[in-house]
Amino acid sequence: MTGPADVIFYVLVVLTVVSAFLVATLPSIIYSAVALLFSFAGVAGLYVLLSADFLAATQILVYVGGILVLILFAVFLSNRISSVNLSSPMRFRWPAAVICLCLFGILSFTAVSTTWAVKPLVVYQPTTAEIGELLMTRYLLPFEAASVLLLAALIGAALLSRPDTAQARKPDMEEPK
Amino acid sequence: MSLDKLLVVSAALFCCGLYAILTRRNGVAVLMGVELILNAANVNFVAFSHYVSRFIGGQIFAVFVIVLAAAEAAVALAIFLRLFATTGTVEVDTADQLKG
Repeated sequence: MTGPADVIFYVLVVLTVVSAFLVATLPSIIYSAVALLFSFAGVAGLYVLLSADFLAATQILVYVGGILVLILFAVFLSNRISSVNLSSPMRFRWPAAVICLCLFGILSFTAVSTTWAVKPLVVYQPTTAEIGELLMTRYLLPFEAASVLLLAALIGAALLSRPDTAQARKPDMEEPK
Repeated sequence: MSLDKLLVVSAALFCCGLYAILTRRNGVAVLMGVELILNAANVNFVAFSHYVSRFIGGQIFAVFVIVLAAAEAAVALAIFLRLFATTGTVEVDTADQLKG
């Protein structure tokens, strides 16, 4: 019963979960960011196995290409270059581990013991056209709300990361001597 | 590959993200935990839409979650840069100036 799809599935699961575990536990934050890359890539592979091709491409483009680069920028900009120690010390290590393990046990027990009403598999279809059509018809309002949200986030991020008020910018405006 | 295995994978992702949020002190690392949790939710959405509903709406929800994650990451990183310029650190428990 174990076909090549199952083997690929288990490889992707191991990649995703081990990388996510490393994100949470590695002492250096740079290493965590690199592990996060592999975790995102593993999730993209899971999307492919779930026949969500558009979503897999979006995951690679937005998460790996955008968010991870942003995170790496933040890591490099928010640590002094002179300070070699980029690690972040942890706190509450054991209570957090107990909470997370209990939660994982409860969640996976619920997922395994419930009998889900699974429908029979359908033939694989490309999803991009359907997603585009639904975004323009049935989900038009959330689509427009998301565009307003993105605009607000853009303005907010630009405003927040601007240098301080007028006197900080004064040196730029002086005449060159 | 079946629905319950995917749900267990997503639970594992969620718990790793929760552990990162609870234990990390660096704000950027906390943000990584939030991204892991959003990914876990996305895997659930896509898995249920593939196995249970046979309708593509779950994937559209996942697209919106990705959009929200991108916006949230941009704003959070701008906040962290301001925090670093103000206090010289991005550790979340040192930013307590609003405390009375």
